[in-house]
Amino acid sequence: MIDRISELRAEAEAAIAGVGASAELENLRVRYLGRKAELPNLLRGVAGLAPEQRGPTGKAANEARQALEARIAERSGELEAAELDARLLSDTVDVTLPGEPARPVGRLHLLTATRREIEDVFLGLGFRIAEGPEVETVYYNFDALNHSPTHPARGRTDTFYVADDVVLRTHTSPMQVRSMEAQPPPLYVIVPGRTYRRDSDATHTPQFHQIEGLAVDEDITLADLKGTLLAFARAVFGEEREVRLRPHFFPFTEPSVEVDVSCFMAHTRERCRVCKDTGWVEILGSGMVDPNVFAHVREYGYDPERIQGFAFGLGIERIAMLKHGVPDLRLLYDNDVRFLEQFG
Amino acid sequence: MRLPLEWLHDYCSPGLEAGELATRLAMTGTEVDRVLHHGVGELDAFVVGRVLAAEAHPDADRLTVCRVAIGEGAETQIVCGAPNVAAGQTVAVARPGAVLPDGTKLRKARLRGVESDGMILAEDELGIGIEHAGIMVLAEDSLQAGQPLAGVLPIATPVLELEITPNRPDCLGIYGVAREVHAATAAPLAPPPWSEDPGSFDGDVPCEVVVEAGDLCPRFVARAFTGVTIAPSPPWLKARLMAAGQRPINNVVDITNYVMVLTGQPLHAFDLDAIAGARLIVRRAGDREQLVTLDGQTRVLDPAVCLIADGDGPASIAGVMGGARSEVSPGTTRVLMEAASWVGANILATSSRLGLRSEASARFEKGLAPEQALEAQAVATRLMLELCGAKLVPGTIDIGGAGADPQLVRLRDARVGGLLGVDIARSESALHLQRLGFGVTERSDGLDVAIPPHRRNDVTREADLIEEVARLHGMDDELPATLPSRRGAVGVLTREQRLRRRAEDALTAAGLHEIVGWSFEAPGRDDVLRLAPGDPRRRRVVLENPMSEDQSVMRTTLLGSLLDAAGLNAARGQGAPGLFESGAVYLAGGGPLPCEHHALGALVPGDVLAAKAHLEAVLAALRVEAAFTAAPQPFLHPGRSARVDLAHAPGAQLGWLGDVHPLVARAWDLDVVAAFEVDLGALLTHASAVPAYEDLTSYPELRQDIAVVVDTAVPAAAVLAAVRAAGGKLLGRAEVFDVYTGAQIAAGRKSLAVALAFRAPDRTLTDEDAAPVRERIVARLAEALGGELRG
Repeated sequence: MIDRISELRAEAEAAIAGVGASAELENLRVRYLGRKAELPNLLRGVAGLAPEQRGPTGKAANEARQALEARIAERSGELEAAELDARLLSDTVDVTLPGEPARPVGRLHLLTATRREIEDVFLGLGFRIAEGPEVETVYYNFDALNHSPTHPARGRTDTFYVADDVVLRTHTSPMQVRSMEAQPPPLYVIVPGRTYRRDSDATHTPQFHQIEGLAVDEDITLADLKGTLLAFARAVFGEEREVRLRPHFFPFTEPSVEVDVSCFMAHTRERCRVCKDTGWVEILGSGMVDPNVFAHVREYGYDPERIQGFAFGLGIERIAMLKHGVPDLRLLYDNDVRFLEQFG
Repeated sequence: MRLPLEWLHDYCSPGLEAGELATRLAMTGTEVDRVLHHGVGELDAFVVGRVLAAEAHPDADRLTVCRVAIGEGAETQIVCGAPNVAAGQTVAVARPGAVLPDGTKLRKARLRGVESDGMILAEDELGIGIEHAGIMVLAEDSLQAGQPLAGVLPIATPVLELEITPNRPDCLGIYGVAREVHAATAAPLAPPPWSEDPGSFDGDVPCEVVVEAGDLCPRFVARAFTGVTIAPSPPWLKARLMAAGQRPINNVVDITNYVMVLTGQPLHAFDLDAIAGARLIVRRAGDREQLVTLDGQTRVLDPAVCLIADGDGPASIAGVMGGARSEVSPGTTRVLMEAASWVGANILATSSRLGLRSEASARFEKGLAPEQALEAQAVATRLMLELCGAKLVPGTIDIGGAGADPQLVRLRDARVGGLLGVDIARSESALHLQRLGFGVTERSDGLDVAIPPHRRNDVTREADLIEEVARLHGMDDELPATLPSRRGAVGVLTREQRLRRRAEDALTAAGLHEIVGWSFEAPGRDDVLRLAPGDPRRRRVVLENPMSEDQSVMRTTLLGSLLDAAGLNAARGQGAPGLFESGAVYLAGGGPLPCEHHALGALVPGDVLAAKAHLEAVLAALRVEAAFTAAPQPFLHPGRSARVDLAHAPGAQLGWLGDVHPLVARAWDLDVVAAFEVDLGALLTHASAVPAYEDLTSYPELRQDIAVVVDTAVPAAAVLAAVRAAGGKLLGRAEVFDVYTGAQIAAGRKSLAVALAFRAPDRTLTDEDAAPVRERIVARLAEALGGELRG
């Protein structure tokens, strides 16, 4: 009897090992372990054996049954895995087809994206963002910024007038004085916004965008201006950039400087279209706030003998065009989607 | 301002290449637009020659074959076309290889069969004059054949084109720039050309000058010359004028221009015999008084214009342009040389009102020092005597005199370092200032600085002196780059700025592209947008001086900008992309400044619900609950438009949305498009920037759907309002998810499917909990809206 059990077990194990599909495995299970199969019947017949044979025979039959069940479970797992693999391998999608359904991606306008990029740099440097009216009084736009009564920028050839004492602001600088009226020093603020001048050609549009910067405290220096603009230039144009200050003239700063950034183009044998091979690109005007400007806000805590500061003004269009190689200012205002899609 | 370096070197010669000098000037505050070369090239090919023989060309009437000595026994043959060439002349010769000012390179040539080995030059061929009628005959006997021509005449010089900032009129003259070069390079500065004045102050000038408008004419200086011979100027003077961009005319006029370029002070030469009554009056013009200026134009004046008149009336527009009547002519023998100071603001106003700018007005309008008038007069006097065979009539008319005594400004050492962030030794500051012509006296805490006349308007305060010191000290490696101490400064977006970004980002996430439109538009847009006569959006901010009618009023809605952009894209075959703009609109009135608010608008292909979906994306991003009510807008489809209000504050209108009216869309050649616009500033004040926690996860919600049939005219919002009113606390959410009209619904009725979600904060709800609420809802729908449950 025990021999028969061994024989059955060996036979079944060989069959299980050789089976190639889940359905066949089920047939084998029925054949060797099913209700009518020989091994279970042998187990049931153990009771009729001689007492000394019952133990070893029952044990052998049980072991054989358990072993076979384990082998079947194991083989079943193997077969299912193999069958899943085969099914998955035959179930293919051309992954080079486009995604479906397409998710449209909208873009911020290049000017907004550039403005936010610059804002974020100055936020990191401790500046807040102030905004002010685009239709502005002559007082804030010119008078309080130390423009002489005869300064040509006041002329009707240069500036849009809405009334004798109201203009479309020609720079975001009027917010210098408005900000100082609103808050005593220390003051660290940038002012992004739309500005207007009566100019129209390939490099000028009557409407453009500026970011004004103003830092006022007891100990702000020209060196601080240089360091701040260096940090800005490196954040926007790359960590290897340098800046240089060139003395210049603006009515509302003293000393006044124009600021160049070292060219960020790869220089080849062809003449560099950005820096014309000078190695430097002008990016903004700036300087130390003129004491005459502080004199207009003295009663708000800005005593020119006690406090000092720097101011700068940059053109968002210019930064965007330089950084992205946009050749013509007017592209920014066409709003052709083929242009818009490239940025933001 | 053109700066010929050959001329500069008379006064300051720093020994730098033109490019190096340009960089040095740029880095110390004098901007250089361009570095040019004026005159000829290949200087070695230009020599002094002597015409040994001149014989008629065998085959050409107008040509002369010349034998020309060119030094050290060398001779060459040149065929010359000039009528005045003759044996014995000393001439300027260009040899093969020479480059003429227009870039032509000279080669050996054969002219009508005769070899010509070079060229005998006329003035214009050297770029030192405009004379072309004949060759230039060099007068000086001391010249040797073969001598380099460049040593005799300024035939080539680099020229820097300077951009002088408006605060530095002293640099509108060669000597002023020389002073700047001296300070920038430390190269020695020669004494000024006016340091020796051959004039005298005792004597009677045979002309009377009366300054009536003293407020417009701080100084008037005049001298008289007799025995003047009007003739061409010598070549060296013409050459310098040409290099400086001035056209030579005759010796007297050239002297006025030469002195102006050298000193920065314009002068005017009158023919003394043409001054009617030998009397000049400086006065305001009468209303509509007329004058023919040197350019032949008749100018109509007004009392704001200052003029110089004689016995016959206006003779010159002061500081701007002389009159034709008393100008110097070939027959002039007596000259009154005038050098005056004028009030810059008045010159600027006059020249811009007359549309007449001149070299003189460009200088005067920036405000010149009265001292410059006498300086220029001194230089002019010397040249008149040297170049015109003139005799000086003793005496000088000087009305107004020099300006105020020099102002003293204290420059404190501590302020220099404190403002710049780098310490500069007092001795260095003193050196820079002295080189610029300032007087300095040492004090315990710094320097007392005396401001020279030529900087009187520009430098009045300590900060101005610090600028002078800083720019000459250098701002490159000499100035560190530091960051401010930023006491208490925290960079953070305001709530409104943060939320505005979020609103814009919601629209890009929804697939719309942002545009930036024009703030101004055409006034006719009011009619295109069908705005009614009383519509507030007709309250336009109007530009008094627009660049064109199309850009003459400020926008009162973003819709026009959006339609412009959509129309452009459609016309370019880009279909109708979804677009939005975030920007200001402007309404006139309400105070000295118009009312500006920040609007957010979008234009999308599709209908009102497509536009609404985008607006809802914004509202969801901002967590603002809005209410939509059918309401017309003149530019929208009347059956497909709504006003947008805050859900909890009806009446505070945030904006509108709807299908764009077909007549409006047609104006831009657009098909069906829908739009919305909201006052973003107002919207943001109601946004929930800091949402409070609500427990939605501890107990599940119980979801049930109902379908209710109501009249077609009943808005979904009314159904939801009834549902919410009846739902009480246990009703968490209620949303319409389907609308059905058709065969199974009576005509004039529609079925709305509403998803209900019940919830309680403290337990899981069962159907038994929800049943009474649901019954109340159904009853309310029936009672309030005639609604009945379907199915």
